[in-house]
Amino acid sequence: MNTAYEKLINDLAPKKFGWKGNAWVAFLVVVILAGMYSYVQQLKSGLVITCMRDYALWGIYISNFVFFVAVSLVGSLITAILRLSGVHWSTPLTRIAEIIAVAAIIMAGITIIIDMGRPDRLLNLFLHGRLQSPILWDVIVITTYLVISLLLLYYPLLPDFSILKRHADQQGWLSKWYDRLSLNWSGNEKQVRIHALSLQALSIMIIPVAFAIHTVTAWLFETTYRPGWDSTNFGPYFIAGAFVAGSGAVVVVMFVLRKLYSLEDYITDDHFDKMGKVLVLLCLLYLYFNINEYLIPTYKSTEEEAMHLQSLFKGEYAGLFWTVIIGGLILPVIILLFRKGRKPLPLFLVALAVVLGAWWKRYLIVIPTLSHPFLPIEGVPQSWHHYTPTLMEWSITAATLASALLIITLLVRFLPVVPIYETAEERGLTKPSEPI
Amino acid sequence: MEKEKNSDQKSRRTFVEQGLKFGLLTAAGGALLTKVFGKSESTESAETVELMSTDGTLMQVPASAVSHAHESKSAYNPREGFPNRKFVMVVDLAKCRNARKCQSSCNKNHYITGENAWIKIYKMQESEKSAPYWQPTLCQHCDEPACVKVCPVDATFKRRDGIVLIDNNRCIGCRFCMAACPYSVRVFNWSEPWQGKDVEEAAYTPDYAGVPSQKGTVDKCDFCPHMIDKGELPHCVSACPNDVFSFGDMYEDTVTNGSGQSFKLSKLLKDRAGYRLMENLGTQPSVYYLPPSDRVVDFEEGLKNYTEFQSVDKPQEP
Repeated sequence: MNTAYEKLINDLAPKKFGWKGNAWVAFLVVVILAGMYSYVQQLKSGLVITCMRDYALWGIYISNFVFFVAVSLVGSLITAILRLSGVHWSTPLTRIAEIIAVAAIIMAGITIIIDMGRPDRLLNLFLHGRLQSPILWDVIVITTYLVISLLLLYYPLLPDFSILKRHADQQGWLSKWYDRLSLNWSGNEKQVRIHALSLQALSIMIIPVAFAIHTVTAWLFETTYRPGWDSTNFGPYFIAGAFVAGSGAVVVVMFVLRKLYSLEDYITDDHFDKMGKVLVLLCLLYLYFNINEYLIPTYKSTEEEAMHLQSLFKGEYAGLFWTVIIGGLILPVIILLFRKGRKPLPLFLVALAVVLGAWWKRYLIVIPTLSHPFLPIEGVPQSWHHYTPTLMEWSITAATLASALLIITLLVRFLPVVPIYETAEERGLTKPSEPI
Repeated sequence: MEKEKNSDQKSRRTFVEQGLKFGLLTAAGGALLTKVFGKSESTESAETVELMSTDGTLMQVPASAVSHAHESKSAYNPREGFPNRKFVMVVDLAKCRNARKCQSSCNKNHYITGENAWIKIYKMQESEKSAPYWQPTLCQHCDEPACVKVCPVDATFKRRDGIVLIDNNRCIGCRFCMAACPYSVRVFNWSEPWQGKDVEEAAYTPDYAGVPSQKGTVDKCDFCPHMIDKGELPHCVSACPNDVFSFGDMYEDTVTNGSGQSFKLSKLLKDRAGYRLMENLGTQPSVYYLPPSDRVVDFEEGLKNYTEFQSVDKPQEP
């Protein structure tokens, strides 16, 4: 018996939830049920239950959608970009990144349906789809990204499922499922070769698709004339911001999982240090695009842009704007530049601030622009001049976030959060010989 | 493009010379028009309809003749538009005193029950030292419509006759068109519109917007194809007490105001230095504005009608 190998499997195999895990799931389910109740009200009464009106015609549903798309990009960063550039330290994080990516992209798709006035006509997108519309581009790239992300989650799991099927023997039904999902993985030479090739191919494929999903999401805004959206900077600005949000999410999840599952041997302080470096680099990149996005229009100060920027810098949104820029971007950069700031706990707190900042940043991208149309806002009730999301809107949005967390939680329950097979390979642990 | 327009105008002139003067309001081709013309002379009818010729003179035409032309509707496809027409509107800002009759008439005839009218009269002032003026603003029926470009399901569409419409049976309610429109003319049915049984049960067709409106879809000014089809002017045009609006056909180079006066479009735009809203965006609107110079009305007078937070007089909910 190879004890090191057995220990590895024991450490990494998914475990039944304790009371904490069950309470967490129950909490998420309650939040989701509350959101579903609100959504039923929305289906009955229409989008009137939100604070959106003809001027603030998009609200937190859309900014939340952009957030989900942004977070999902991290799958491509950690699994594909780092894998292809020959970085090995990220191996234990690939599963977490892919799980986050899959959960986020699924919820992005659902969130956009929640925003529709006529979700019953969803099929029109396929029956009457017009390729000229950026929404169609989004439909195409998001479904493509979902498929590739699922495959990128699934392929590396094949050998893990095969390992788990024996390990989970005591739980009959689970073992059966692992067996089915392992697709008869035996680890023979041919399988290993195809497996490696497929992963390589998927990693290459996902990069342009990942760039496409968020660039197209940026184009949903950029293709309009509105000040604040009418910017050629939007594509790379969104992508940089997406990597920031996604890396932040990975740090948060890896911190929590390491603590709960005692994975200190696999997700080490060094991983946090390296992720901290990745995060600081991405934050600096995003800061650079932010400077481009805000400084140059401020320099020119055309009437419309100036009005929009005023509301961000000094006006209605100033408090939120500066909190997000300083708390979600500048302070993280400063803290993470120091080695001590990249220790697990401080990094976790910084990453939490980054993720929260990223959510509100999307709010600041979507909403203020709509309050400054070209023609005056006149002849509509005074309440239409400002957008403050309603309780119903918040509860639906909270439910989408809770759903993403629930997907992550359930995947964590049944999948090894650190790839077993790849970790064993990297540590030079061979599995005991066995009959095939 | 230029050449095409010129040849259009030329053939149009020969058309007029031949004595067929029912251009503006009868939609069918030449052969049908001749029939209509012949009929109007030979048939005696108690009921007559007032029609306008291209030079602006009104003439009485038997109702039977009009209904005859009306039969062309069978060939009329609401997505294609009236054949060989190109509708255009001129808004004379020098005459607008914010009477808001255009708005109330539009609200009434399109059964608008929301809180945002499809036609707005904005209080405009270009800069601090220049004079304020009233600007009626409706859908600009752009030739390069930003809204149509972004619609994912071809629910909003541009017709050959220049009109931009919405198919409310197809709209998925994504509101991208509203984000794309720089003129803020699109309104959304945030809740179930309650327009009364008659309207709610009316057969829906995209060329009569608002009949009925549908929850979760976008509405806007439709340039009143249902009125054009009847040989009448859009509601806002005929309701205006000050002849601010003129409506007509670009190919005929004629527009007509609510009092029945007709103008040569090209001359009017040239003489009065007509312009279009946000020309720099390249949307190519079909609505022209005549600048508010040499005004015949007092701006201040309009202030008494000015309602900053209301554009629809909502009837009481049943």
